[in-house]
Amino acid sequence: MLETNDDRLFVPDLDDDDSRPFWEGCALGELRVQACASCSQWRMPPRPMCPRCRSLDVTWVVSSGRGTVWSFVVPHAPLLPGYTELAPYNVIVVELNENSLIRFVGNLVLGPNAPINSIDPATIAIGEAVAVVFQRVNGIALPFWIRAPS
Amino acid sequence: MSIKDLTAVVGIGQTEFGRLEQNELTLACRAISLALDDAGIAPHEVDGLASSTMEPNREVEVARNVGLGDITFFSQVGYGGGAACGIIGHAAMAVATGQCNVAVAWRGRKRAAKSSRPWTQASTRIADKNMWSRPFGMLRPVDEIAMLTRRYMHEYGATRDHLANVALASRAHANRNPNAAMYTKPMTRDAYMDSRWISEPLCLFDNCLESDGALAVVIARRDRAADTRHEPVIVHAVAQGLPPQHQTMTNFFNDDPLRGPAWVTARKLWERADVGPRDVNVAQLYDAFSPLIPLSLEGYGFCERGEGGAFTDNGNTQWGTGALPVNTSGGGMSEAYVHGFNLIVEGVRQIRGTSTSQVENAQVSLVTSGEGVPTSAVLFTKAR
Repeated sequence: MLETNDDRLFVPDLDDDDSRPFWEGCALGELRVQACASCSQWRMPPRPMCPRCRSLDVTWVVSSGRGTVWSFVVPHAPLLPGYTELAPYNVIVVELNENSLIRFVGNLVLGPNAPINSIDPATIAIGEAVAVVFQRVNGIALPFWIRAPS
Repeated sequence: MSIKDLTAVVGIGQTEFGRLEQNELTLACRAISLALDDAGIAPHEVDGLASSTMEPNREVEVARNVGLGDITFFSQVGYGGGAACGIIGHAAMAVATGQCNVAVAWRGRKRAAKSSRPWTQASTRIADKNMWSRPFGMLRPVDEIAMLTRRYMHEYGATRDHLANVALASRAHANRNPNAAMYTKPMTRDAYMDSRWISEPLCLFDNCLESDGALAVVIARRDRAADTRHEPVIVHAVAQGLPPQHQTMTNFFNDDPLRGPAWVTARKLWERADVGPRDVNVAQLYDAFSPLIPLSLEGYGFCERGEGGAFTDNGNTQWGTGALPVNTSGGGMSEAYVHGFNLIVEGVRQIRGTSTSQVENAQVSLVTSGEGVPTSAVLFTKAR
C-alpha cells in the first residue's frame, strides 16, 4: 500500500464513531458500505439512524469495490499547500455497481501506487469502469480508484 | 395563516463594493444606517433583527452601534448563500405576526475575513461531512459545484457557451451600474473562453467576485409603510426549501442530485403566491457560480428540466433583449458577492423603478438564494 506522509494533507478523523468502521475496512482492503441491520437498506455516507425505518442498528457490508465514474472535476491552483503542488489533478465521484445510490468521492490513479495527478484528465469519461485500491495518507488508509475492464 | 402581502420593504441601504478599508462591523452599521434613513425610520423604532449564521456582526454589536432600542425578535438563517431570502422571510414573518414592528435584515462581509473563507481554516483531521470529499482534494466550493456542473452538461448537453451567456449578461448589466465592481470592465465571449481554469469544467468567469461590502433592508407592516419615504415594495411570498436526503454543497449522495433545493422552495413559493413564473418580469438568481443560473431557471419553473442552458441563448436573460432579465445589477458575478444580499436590494429597486437596468413597469420581481444548499426565495410586488 502506497504511503504518503505530508501533514498538510486532509485525512478523516477516526474519532467519529459513525464512520470509523469504514476507514477500518479500508485498512483491511475492504470497501465497506453501511447498512441498516433492521431493514437492510444501504446508506453512505454513514449516519446513526436509518432514514427509511429509523432503526439505530447498524451493520457493515463489504462491497465489490467496482463502480463507474458519475462525474469528475479537475481542480487547478490556487489551492491549499500540499494540493497546489499536485494540481491539476482529478477528483471523481464513483457510483457503486451494486447500488447506484452509493457514491464515493475519490481520485482516479494510474495504478495502486500512483499519485492523484497520474492520469491525463482529458482521457477521463463519465461512465467508465473503475475499481477500488487503497493508499495510506498520514497513516490512514483511503480508497482510490483505478481503471477496470467494464 | 398566510403572510402574503402583509409586509413591505420600506428601506434599502448599501455601502460601496470592492476592496475596502473599513471593517465588517463598520460596513454593516453604515448599510443599516443608510437603510433606516432611506425609510425615514428612527433607530429606536427598530425592534427586530434577522441575519445569517455566517454574519460576523452580531445583533448586540449592531444594536449598540446603530443605537437601536428594545429588540424583541432576532433570528439567523443558515447555509451561507442559501440564507438571504430566508432572512427576509424571517423578518417578514416576525413583523406580520407581531413579534416585532420594524425589522432590519442585513449582510456585511469582507473577502479576506476568516469568516468568509471557512475552507481555508479547516483542521487537517476532518470529523464532519467533508471527510467524504476533502481528503480527495475537493477543497473549495467551486470544486463541489463543478462536479454537479459536469454531470449536468453530460445529462442535458449544456455547454460552456451557455455558461458564457450567464457571465456575459451579468457583465453587461454591471457595465450599466456605477456601483458594480465591474462597471468599467466589459467582457467578450473570447475573454470568457480564454480565461484560466479554476476547476474544470468551470473557468475564472464562472465564479463570483470576492467583495467587501454590506447591504441592509428595513421591513415593516403595510400600515407603517404609509408614511415612509419611498413606495413600499410588498413581500408577496417567501419560501425556504430543504429536500429529502440533501447534503449541502457535496450533494452527490441521493437519487437526483441535479434536482436541488430550488425545486421544493419553488413549489412552496408558487403555492403561496397569486402569480406564477410567467408573471415574473425580472429575476435575481443567486450566482456564486454560473451553472446555478440554468439550474435555478429549471427549479423555479421558467423552463423544463435540462433546458436551462438553452434558455440563456440569444440574450434571453439580458436586459433590453431578453424575455427574463436576470441579475440586472450585475449580480454576484459582476456587481459584488455579498452572499446574495445585493440580489435582494436589486430586486427591491426593480419594483421601485430605480435599477440601472430597469425593466419597464416591473410588477413582479423574483429573488432566489443559492441552489446547491438549503435555500430560499422571495417574490416582491408593487403595492396594489
